[in-house]
Amino acid sequence: MSRYLKDRLATYFVFACASMSFLILLAIAIFIFKGGFPAFYEIGFFDFLFGTTWRPNQGTYGILTMIVGSLAVTAGSLILAVPLGISCAILLAEVAPYKVRQVLRPCIELLVGIPSVVYGLVGLILLVPAIRKIGGNGFSVLGASIVLMAMVLPTIISISEDAIRAVPSSYKEGALALGATHWQTIRQVLLPVARSGIGASIVLGMGRAVGETMAMIMVIGNSITFPKSPLDAARTLTGNIAVEINYASGIHESALFATGIVLFFFILFLNSVAVVVLKRGTYDQRIT
Amino acid sequence: MTSASLDSSPRQAQASGRPTEKRSAYRLSPKTTQKLAMACIWSGGIVTVLISVIIIGFVLIGGIPRINLDFLLTPPKGGLSGEGGISTVIVSTLFLVIVTIIMLVPVGIGAAIYLAEYAPDNFMTRLIRYAVEVLSGVPSIIFGLFGFALFVTALHFSFSILSGALTLVCLLLPTMIRATEEAIRAVPYSHREGALALGATKWQLISRVLLPSALPGIVTAIILCIGRAIEETACLYVTMGGSAAMPTSLLSGGRTLSLHVFYLAMETRAFEKAMATGAVLIITIIVINFITNWLSNRFQARLRGTN
Repeated sequence: MSRYLKDRLATYFVFACASMSFLILLAIAIFIFKGGFPAFYEIGFFDFLFGTTWRPNQGTYGILTMIVGSLAVTAGSLILAVPLGISCAILLAEVAPYKVRQVLRPCIELLVGIPSVVYGLVGLILLVPAIRKIGGNGFSVLGASIVLMAMVLPTIISISEDAIRAVPSSYKEGALALGATHWQTIRQVLLPVARSGIGASIVLGMGRAVGETMAMIMVIGNSITFPKSPLDAARTLTGNIAVEINYASGIHESALFATGIVLFFFILFLNSVAVVVLKRGTYDQRIT
Repeated sequence: MTSASLDSSPRQAQASGRPTEKRSAYRLSPKTTQKLAMACIWSGGIVTVLISVIIIGFVLIGGIPRINLDFLLTPPKGGLSGEGGISTVIVSTLFLVIVTIIMLVPVGIGAAIYLAEYAPDNFMTRLIRYAVEVLSGVPSIIFGLFGFALFVTALHFSFSILSGALTLVCLLLPTMIRATEEAIRAVPYSHREGALALGATKWQLISRVLLPSALPGIVTAIILCIGRAIEETACLYVTMGGSAAMPTSLLSGGRTLSLHVFYLAMETRAFEKAMATGAVLIITIIVINFITNWLSNRFQARLRGTN
């Protein structure tokens, strides 16, 4: 085989490999839609989305409780993780000396690496009994939010840190030269300039929170009810799919695929928001 | 900037009817605020360290005393007993990881080569980049649902290691492509010019210059993917079936270490065994993290050296 023929064949091969990612995305969309369409058709789009009862054995499928469950857990985890994550990002980017960073970074890397079932296990053994002492049966939105906080923390920290580091050092030098304290510089110069990156980190953390499955199944209790307080059990969209897919059939299976469609669009929406926010940020920096 | 200038603006001082100095007596001085803010920032860092220390310490302290050769080498009893060790689980995990990596690596490297070296700036390239970006954000359970529909049901692979591995390939492809592309791009430009000046074809340049130079980076990418394959649970939960028996072929079911933790904790409530398995998992991840860091440091040092 001549080297020119080889060259030509290799070009085709690498192009085919690259196209795989697009084909996989296409296949995911096709299969999830094909699976979920019958449910939308038979149940009705609005009845499915805004129905409050999910009783597969009686043929009622409404996922509003699960949507509320997912949103409650996500909001709870962000309320806990955002202040913690941003202060940690400031610490890493601005305040901490080299040696402290050498300790912090591996800790954050390990938080990324810990499998979600291990988070779930720790939540199940440590948090659930602790919350049971406060009230309820322990399986709760509160516990799930705390577990999820630990899981989204690394996302928020690393992207916010990059954003703060990306601020041109002349901005900081200018503020300090005007006599601002270090904190005044951080709060009134660095954070406002880095806000788009920090915003994107929060949106991406939110995407991770909405998509988390196994840890949620383990600590949230999976009951199909509206959580009235943080101590109540609930069920997330992801948990709904994972718990029931292995024994579902017919329209029930289709309703689970439809749950997947809702989840897919939600994540797609969040990711596009993150991209737009980040793009606007670079634009801001160019004009100022 | 805004709050400070508003507070001291003459109009506000007039409206409140008090001289500005008196107002400022109630406000914290910049130095005090500085101290308070730094205290908050440091405590944020300390809490983050505590969280990871608590999680890792709890599982390691609870699990390591129960890990012994017996635990690693006996098969789990299965069913609802929660007794026995994790030998078959380790074999399933290794089997799954090997099958996944064999399928993932050629496709991932090929795609990365295309994106780093060929990719003209056209619609198709943008489409591929967009797909990689979207895929890396899609949650694991959606991949699971897809694997369930395509590999388990439509292709009749049933709940098996093959279905699980194929699903994992889809899930890990963006990670592999990104890490490999970065490694290829990091090769100094002079290498390319030198090879092309000697009359090499593009493929000769790639296969004999770029890939060997980027090899440590590519190995790092592969180890990164192995780590993620071991962590992943949700997409395997709905495609692998979770049988605790020794896998005999690609089409037999199985459970990975992470899945085993889940089944032990949720179905049999065998928390002690779950902790021990979790400890094995965390030790594996720590070792993998260490190797990745070490390799990527060496890779960067080598690239700097040859430059």
